[in-house]
Amino acid sequence: MPSTEEIRTDLAAIVNEVAGIPEADVQLDKSFVDDLDVDSLSMVEVVVAAEEKFGVTIPDDEVKNLKTVGDAVSFIEKAL
Amino acid sequence: MGILEGKRILVAGVTMDSSIGFATAKVAQEQGATVLISNFGRALGITRRIAKRLPVEPPVLELDVTDPEHLAGLEAQVREHVDGLDGVVHSIAYGNPETLLGGKFLDGPWEDVAQAVQVSAYSLKSLATATRPLLSSGSSVVGLTFDATVAWPAYDWMGVAKAGLESCSRYLARDLGPDGIRVNLVSAGPLKTLAAKAIPGFEKLEETWEARAPLGWDNTDQEPTAKAVCALLSDFFPATTGEIVHVDGGFHAMGA
Repeated sequence: MPSTEEIRTDLAAIVNEVAGIPEADVQLDKSFVDDLDVDSLSMVEVVVAAEEKFGVTIPDDEVKNLKTVGDAVSFIEKAL
Repeated sequence: MGILEGKRILVAGVTMDSSIGFATAKVAQEQGATVLISNFGRALGITRRIAKRLPVEPPVLELDVTDPEHLAGLEAQVREHVDGLDGVVHSIAYGNPETLLGGKFLDGPWEDVAQAVQVSAYSLKSLATATRPLLSSGSSVVGLTFDATVAWPAYDWMGVAKAGLESCSRYLARDLGPDGIRVNLVSAGPLKTLAAKAIPGFEKLEETWEARAPLGWDNTDQEPTAKAVCALLSDFFPATTGEIVHVDGGFHAMGA
């Protein structure tokens, strides 16, 4: 079972690859839209990449609840 | 043996695994076809990842149907993978959701309407002519529409663009028929795709659909639509062109 920090690090790498955000900026309290400028299309790609990376399913209806990096990390932790 | 055994099919317009194009590519592969998929711009990154979820990972082509250079280079791009095509699927549409959809019909600006018509209707002609050198007698072009004979809540200028697509399909059927190329559309009920989610108020339509369609309607199941597209791509509709096949649970045939 990966730690919260390991999941955050992997997710930060994905956000960097998809949206070009520096990995160090992708912290748990950051909002994808307001702080990191991840728009809806990039968010779709982040979700698809995260599903592949972590082997989880993130339902479409759930994505709108993932406002911060922390929301996404805890969803992935529970889904693993 | 599948109904598309040995056929080579380009599915233009696959973004997510909820895309109608994705379901079509999947069913086509299951029916024996060799499939190529395409998308454009920033969504191409999503398509490249999603392609891995198909039974066989297909080549992903970059194709913006409004870019003359992309259209001119399409034949060569396709020939890198297959030496011709037996079927082309047009699963492409765009209308600015901020200005054209969701109840602002009377204010829709022409520039955005022009873009919607170009991407959603004119592009069927562009795609057909760009792939024409690859198509031979017996091949089939299939597009996706949403019944444009009536007005819908929220659908607004995309409905006008779909009316253009439906007419475009009939004229293409006329002009490509002498070469033995069929052109048909599938008119599907509302499906929860990435595109549909961008239409403000579209969910109201989804509720009435399930209640009125005699067969019922599952707006999360793309497979019935994909199967109909594959049937039209196959040799089982050899004398059908300029047609619109409804895959809507029978909704269109009911008065109330």
